[in-house]
Amino acid sequence: MTQTFRMDKPQPRLLDETRQGVIGTSMDRPDGPLKVSGQATYTADALPEGCVHGMLVRATVTRGHLRDIDRDSIADIPGLLAVVRDPRFLRNPAQGMAGEAPDQPGDRIDYHGQPVALVVAETFEAARDGALRLKLRFDSVAAEVDPDHATEVEPQDPTESGDWNAAWSGAAHQVDVVYTTPCHASAAMEPHAAVAEWQGDRLILRGALQMLRFNRKELADAVGIPPEQVQILAPYVGGGFGSKLGIGTEAVAAALAARELGRPVRVVMARQTVFDAVLRRTETRQHLQLAADAEGKLLALGHDDRVSNLPGEEFAEPVSSASQFLYGARATRFRQDMVRVHRVGAGSVRAPGEAVGVIAIEAAMDELADALGMCPVELRLRNLPDQHPVTGQPFSARALADCLREGAKSFGWSDRQAPGARQEGDWLIGMGMASAARPNMLVKSAARVRLSAEGAVVETDMTDIGTGTYAVLTQVAAEMLGLPPGQVTVKLGDTDLPGASGSGGSFGASSSGSAVFLAAKKIRDRLAAKLGCAPEDLSLQDGLARGANLEAPINDLLAGEVLVEEAEIKGGKTAESHFSAGFGAHFCEVAVHRWTGEVRVRRMHGTFAMGRVLNEKTARSQAVGGMIWGVGSALHEDMSHDPRTGHVVTRDLANYHIASHADIPRDMQAVFLEERDDFANPLQSKGVGELGISGAGGAVLNAIHNACGVRIRDIPATPDRVIAALEAAGR
Amino acid sequence: MRAFDYTRAESLDQAAAALDPAASVIAGGTNLLDLMKLQVMTPERVVDITRLPGLDAIEPEGEGLRLGALVRNSDLAADPRIRARYPLLSRALLSGASGQIRNKATTGGNLLQRTRCPYFYDPAMACSKREPGAGCAAQGGVGRMLAIFGTSDACLAAHPSDMAVALRALDAEVEVRSRDGGLRRLALDELYRLPGDRPDLETTLAADDLITAVILPAPVAGSVQAYRKLRDRASYAFALVSVAAVIRMDQGRIGQAALAFGGVAPRPWRDAGLEAMLHGKTPDEALFREVAQRLTADPAPNPDTEFKRPLLRRTLVAVLREATGLAQPSIGTDATKDAA
Ligand SMILES: Cc1cc2nc3c(=O)[nH]c(=O)nc-3n(C[C@H](O)[C@H](O)[C@H](O)COP(=O)(O)OP(=O)(O)OC[C@H]3O[C@@H](n4cnc5c(N)ncnc54)[C@H](O)[C@@H]3O)c2cc1C
Repeated sequence: MTQTFRMDKPQPRLLDETRQGVIGTSMDRPDGPLKVSGQATYTADALPEGCVHGMLVRATVTRGHLRDIDRDSIADIPGLLAVVRDPRFLRNPAQGMAGEAPDQPGDRIDYHGQPVALVVAETFEAARDGALRLKLRFDSVAAEVDPDHATEVEPQDPTESGDWNAAWSGAAHQVDVVYTTPCHASAAMEPHAAVAEWQGDRLILRGALQMLRFNRKELADAVGIPPEQVQILAPYVGGGFGSKLGIGTEAVAAALAARELGRPVRVVMARQTVFDAVLRRTETRQHLQLAADAEGKLLALGHDDRVSNLPGEEFAEPVSSASQFLYGARATRFRQDMVRVHRVGAGSVRAPGEAVGVIAIEAAMDELADALGMCPVELRLRNLPDQHPVTGQPFSARALADCLREGAKSFGWSDRQAPGARQEGDWLIGMGMASAARPNMLVKSAARVRLSAEGAVVETDMTDIGTGTYAVLTQVAAEMLGLPPGQVTVKLGDTDLPGASGSGGSFGASSSGSAVFLAAKKIRDRLAAKLGCAPEDLSLQDGLARGANLEAPINDLLAGEVLVEEAEIKGGKTAESHFSAGFGAHFCEVAVHRWTGEVRVRRMHGTFAMGRVLNEKTARSQAVGGMIWGVGSALHEDMSHDPRTGHVVTRDLANYHIASHADIPRDMQAVFLEERDDFANPLQSKGVGELGISGAGGAVLNAIHNACGVRIRDIPATPDRVIAALEAAGR
Repeated sequence: MRAFDYTRAESLDQAAAALDPAASVIAGGTNLLDLMKLQVMTPERVVDITRLPGLDAIEPEGEGLRLGALVRNSDLAADPRIRARYPLLSRALLSGASGQIRNKATTGGNLLQRTRCPYFYDPAMACSKREPGAGCAAQGGVGRMLAIFGTSDACLAAHPSDMAVALRALDAEVEVRSRDGGLRRLALDELYRLPGDRPDLETTLAADDLITAVILPAPVAGSVQAYRKLRDRASYAFALVSVAAVIRMDQGRIGQAALAFGGVAPRPWRDAGLEAMLHGKTPDEALFREVAQRLTADPAPNPDTEFKRPLLRRTLVAVLREATGLAQPSIGTDATKDAA
């Protein structure tokens, strides 16, 4: 039995001592060639013998009950096998890390679009035909769907400090504004998919899922079997962005249908179903109150928000999460209202909390800088707290000031002019900036490493959702074992392998990488013993072991033996003693068309400090990808719900706009500052992807203001909103 | 998708003979197939016209050009004659869809693509365009992409084509072949019907009519042409509003002006009264504002599209400023050249 390593104190920076020289480099993804040549088998790509096809059918009432299913309505479809309906169907996907089945509502309908049945046929086309034509009868009752008017409001426990009235009322400068953000869809490229097959009492599910260790329990719980009888396979996942954290409706439906029919069943969601029935990011209404003295020192900082979710769902977007530790103030207040609405459930969508909350706090900070007549960078520098303002913990590593200063320098921030001062033809040019922050986490993770004459094999149920896990874990193992990366094989996405954190919350690379690190370290220790040196004297490089004036090829030390070590890590005392987060600063230049209100981002620089960079290239992809999502949230993304039924109206990627290539400038840079976070994990690394999103949209909004002098407080800043603001300002 | 029969037409006669109200022509299929997958369109028979000979050429026709119905959007946009003499058409085409889609999409299919109203696209929603008399779920729904001109109580949908807006400003005609082989030419306003109480009837074509070509008259000599499309992102989105303009200046005055508007009506919108306001005038921002004001005088039929009035106004002023020389031309505004 492997003992779990707890992160109770800082660990030596071993990866700064090792000799292989692959950690941190821009190593190509080992899985890259498979992916670009279409050979990586994503969930829906591998069909077991005899597999049939299921298509989900949605409820077309908002609230009520499914009365009956008219199976005769599609009886004429050739190859139709069954209409599967089971009380164990899920209302919505599980929330991230739930580890148990979400609501299984039986015949109850809670939102328009809820999957209620599965049409199964010999072919995908027949199943889809049946799903679209199947006649269902519902009983329907009135439902609240609009958060602005809903009556079921649950105030959450507030977080407050200091004497608000005293701090607020006497302040020289006050900003009191409301920002709103719309619902967001994760918009992963791969639609949700599952292929279920029973082998006796054992359920084998290929799934498009992010966190297999949890998903296995959720699936077992939903179906009603012990987790040991469930195996989940997810070797390649085509993006998740939070939407594949928990077990999905498609997976449970596939499993139940496969059992009922005695055949493997594949369920792939239509793109419309992904919008209808996968967890959204809540819309938010955010009330920001900032008060400062004449020198720009924050006296009061309030960030209240309203979010929504389906009745019974516990997840509440942590909107003010970063506002609680970015800046300090004499008095702070963070309150949240949860509104219950009958819209598709809300859950984690890329950087829950920060993705929308940091836009608002950073835009409000810009408004405060404006009111003070102070440089926005300077305002932030003046308000960096010495410790976490709410918990009092010291920061484990926080290079926010460096990010702000370095970013400003490399971007050319000093060229910024007064709002409306720079014009090129009909385009008004402006610069904006924002801070970035995202808490860092260490989640329990296990991995096994075997070393033989053939090289090393890493095994864990960790997923690669496009982020680069295969690459990063290869690098950690190669670095630790002194092997060229080509001699390391990484096996992922199989619950029969040691359970990892999964991909979520930007903690995957650090958590699963730490487990690989620890397992490899045990192997190092055994090699040191074989060589006859102390572990700390051992150095491994290109298959050669050296230490204490001894030298031997690793293969000679192995002498035919296979060394197998497993390790598990989980968070410990450092998570309480210190507050760990990634930080950064975004700088951005936009052009706003003075007639049409179009906004174009012309260049954008993000400077980040997020501990050790494990792979320069995949980290950059994450950071730049995050920044692109940030641009999209500021300018484009807007998931609309019908005001009467609450159903999603923007049900495909032609109507739900994410940034297109033409929206993203060539000059889109991510710069990483050298940092080690000793309290984070043995790799001294932190999360990347969601840090890139955090604040990026705020920099865009602030640049819009600098360009044309108007504030857009309802995002996205589409042309109509920009010209409405321009016209209101008489322009 | 429902099961359907497939006919590959070898001749126009054969294609026409295979067509009836239960059949659909398929050209590039970029619109039809999407709608069939969603069962918004459920033809029993699909008649493939892509192998018909002679429909994929761009040929001189009098002083103008004849564009075969099967000419691909990408080929049309890249044609040197189009780029020199009808740059507006090239700009409009390139502002639409994506490179991959334009490689498949055809001239005829582009004209007859269906609306992007999300309620039309969702068979669970009432739509009189799909089902005559069913009502219109877009009334009171989410309506960002809907029309502001030419709508009816039964339908608020807008025509989504960019190409058609350019063609409208260029006074193009559509050549239609009826089953008996007879050819007729329709101006775009004769091709497209306004919805009234029958939004399902979108054109004046009979079920067995085929579009065989689009005829471009000679371009206005020495004109400036512009296509300006406003949308929710920089590329790959349908127009919120678009403006097509052909302007010829005559000794400092506006000698000739043709304006067409997209994203705002069930067909490319043109208003002769506006053009008359410009004729013979010296370019002037106040005049342009007046013209734009007149275009958007009436309230939008749906609160969600109210924004299209100021957006259209301001876009029109911006286009006129550039096309008349009041402002530097930006991308999308081009002087016509003689095809060398
Ligand atoms: C994601 C996406 C984005 C898009 N964005 C834009 C955009 O921004 N701007 C824009 O303008 N368009 C856009 N389009 C639409 C695109 O331009 C059309 O799909 C395309 O032009 C249709 O041409 P097609 O040849 O593929 O038509 P098809 O799909 O083959 O046919 C469309 C219709 O025309 C009929 N038809 C075709 N040819 C003939 C003929 N010769 N005679 C009689 N009937 C005929 C068919 O029966 C069918 O009803 C977009 C499409 C997609 C999928």
